[in-house]
Amino acid sequence: MTSENRQALMDGFRDGVPIGLGYFVVGFSLGIVAKYVGLSPLQGFVISLLNNASAGEYAAFTVIKSDAPYLEIALLTFIANARYVLMSTVLSQKFSPDTPFYHRIFVGFDVTDEIFGITVARGGRWLNPFYNYGAMLTALPGWSLGTACGIVAWYFFSEAAVSALSVALYGMFLAVIIPPARKEKIIGGAVAVSFLLSWLAEKFFPEISAGNRTIALTILIAGAAAILFPVKEDDDDA
Amino acid sequence: MTHDIWIYILVASAVTLAIKILPLTLIRGEIKNVTIRSFLHYVPYVTLAVMTFPAIIDATQSQISGALALVAGILAAWFGASLFKVALLCCSVVFVTELFL
Repeated sequence: MTSENRQALMDGFRDGVPIGLGYFVVGFSLGIVAKYVGLSPLQGFVISLLNNASAGEYAAFTVIKSDAPYLEIALLTFIANARYVLMSTVLSQKFSPDTPFYHRIFVGFDVTDEIFGITVARGGRWLNPFYNYGAMLTALPGWSLGTACGIVAWYFFSEAAVSALSVALYGMFLAVIIPPARKEKIIGGAVAVSFLLSWLAEKFFPEISAGNRTIALTILIAGAAAILFPVKEDDDDA
Repeated sequence: MTHDIWIYILVASAVTLAIKILPLTLIRGEIKNVTIRSFLHYVPYVTLAVMTFPAIIDATQSQISGALALVAGILAAWFGASLFKVALLCCSVVFVTELFL
């Protein structure tokens, strides 16, 4: 390994430590839900290692809970993770033509909001994949071991504690959506409409599974917002 | 359960990894279409909102504690509390409320 790559690996590891610690907590909260829908610690570890995405995994758990067709988990995972298409295309522009192709696969393996964020924040014309690998060294174990621990925790915690912990993930979702909803009127409106329609859909169409409800409402509401309020260039991307 | 959890995991993981890896490897171009970019911009907020409510109310032992956690979480996030503070607050609200129910 060249000294430049070794330095990038260490930088990534350093910047990844706080991410990995945070991921352990998010993974743990996911594990609480995973156990509820019937995953074993090993299954929780594997899905978290391969997905590393809170919305995507939670979405998958809702499908597993309702024992819905495999097609539904494919569609819902696609919708819940669609935003990574943007991040992945941005990263594709930051690969030097000299960087071997296989690095694109490994960097793509762990595109997350946080790792994307520190990769872009590091600056420079080209990214060094070893920086991403350094961050992944803490992010992936933090997330997947956290999930396994969340599942195991069920055996030790009281019913009251599990009930309390089961809202942790929703709290995290609120912390992601509410601040931008306050800042940007259109996001705020979209979130309010989402709450309302989601509640109405569950009330009046209980036969539609949670997964299909999320797919249909996301396409409907995000699609309407995109057509009515297109985002100007350079307005997003993080 | 008529479906296999391992197959669910396999399908979900294959889709996620395709989304993350294909644009980096095969497509390699930026998305210029404004409508598609805008759609992808709004999707995470809508998906998370739809998945949070009303599910949060049904996740706890009592609907009242879940509803209180929702209100507390929205208020804390509105006034700028961090991800972990919001999560911790929601859990605490449920735990304390259920002591009295």
